[in-house]
Amino acid sequence: MRPFAAWRELLRPGDCAVVALGAVLCVVAGFDLWRGGVPDGVVVRTGGKVFAETDLSRVRRIVAPGPLGVTVIEIEPGRARVASDPGPRQYCVRQGWLTRAGAVAICAPNEVSLTLTGRGGGFDSLSY
Amino acid sequence: MTRSVIELTPTVEDRRIARHAAAAIALTVAEAAIPLPLPGVKPGLANIVTLVVLARWGWREAAWVSLLRVFAASLLLGQFLAPGFFLSLAGALASLFVLAGAMRLPRRWFGPVSHSILAAFAHIGAQLVVARLWLVPHDGVFYLAPLMGGAAVLFGVVNGFAAAALLREMRRLDGERRGAGGIKEDAPPQL
Repeated sequence: MRPFAAWRELLRPGDCAVVALGAVLCVVAGFDLWRGGVPDGVVVRTGGKVFAETDLSRVRRIVAPGPLGVTVIEIEPGRARVASDPGPRQYCVRQGWLTRAGAVAICAPNEVSLTLTGRGGGFDSLSY
Repeated sequence: MTRSVIELTPTVEDRRIARHAAAAIALTVAEAAIPLPLPGVKPGLANIVTLVVLARWGWREAAWVSLLRVFAASLLLGQFLAPGFFLSLAGALASLFVLAGAMRLPRRWFGPVSHSILAAFAHIGAQLVVARLWLVPHDGVFYLAPLMGGAAVLFGVVNGFAAAALLREMRRLDGERRGAGGIKEDAPPQL
């Protein structure tokens, strides 16, 4: 107990406030800067045109028509996936849930794509 | 032909600044031997000296000590005019600027620990700005800000406590000297 008392008398009331303020500043800066990769919305394109654009705050289903049939997209808070697609190889369905900003699932045969939007995607651009 | 002799007579103040700057330089050089995981994050132990000088002899002497330390330590470490030197200089100047304001905060409430943390934040702030403008022209450097801020809080507290403890010790010695019959006005308190 003694050594702590000796240390504490070196500290003045405002010092604690400054320490706390500094710590809060770091945490806030950390959350603000390192939040990259958390998606905030979803864009569905059919035939190269935007079909639907929405946020990721609640559960919903988007049914996007294409040349082969309908592609069903499921959205849950913070993530989205292609639930079913008429394409032969099912690549976009097997990708599963997309959770990062910039993630894309492309159902090429049916010309439907699902993109998560948000700051700090893991890449600069995508060509396909 | 007469030989002209230029004689510089150092004042008491000059000697005091030199002594404190020497202590700060020694701390910087010693600190350079400590391996650190991230470039740019270091304890900044020399700032303990700056804080003590600031509290006892004012801002002007603290500025002298701090800037002499930056120049002399960079010469000793072979960093003079290298990027590290400019980062260090920018940090020291920003710290001194902030300390000029911080020392006017009410003394009852804000002590060396506050001064230390505020100066540490000024230091990393200036370093990040210089790094962004000159060394890494990409906003990516700011991703280091939270880490460096954490280091600023941690080492700011440590250095602040060290400075506060030294100041307390110095006050105690002053008291003893005064008690032992007559303090000599020009006797510099020992660090």
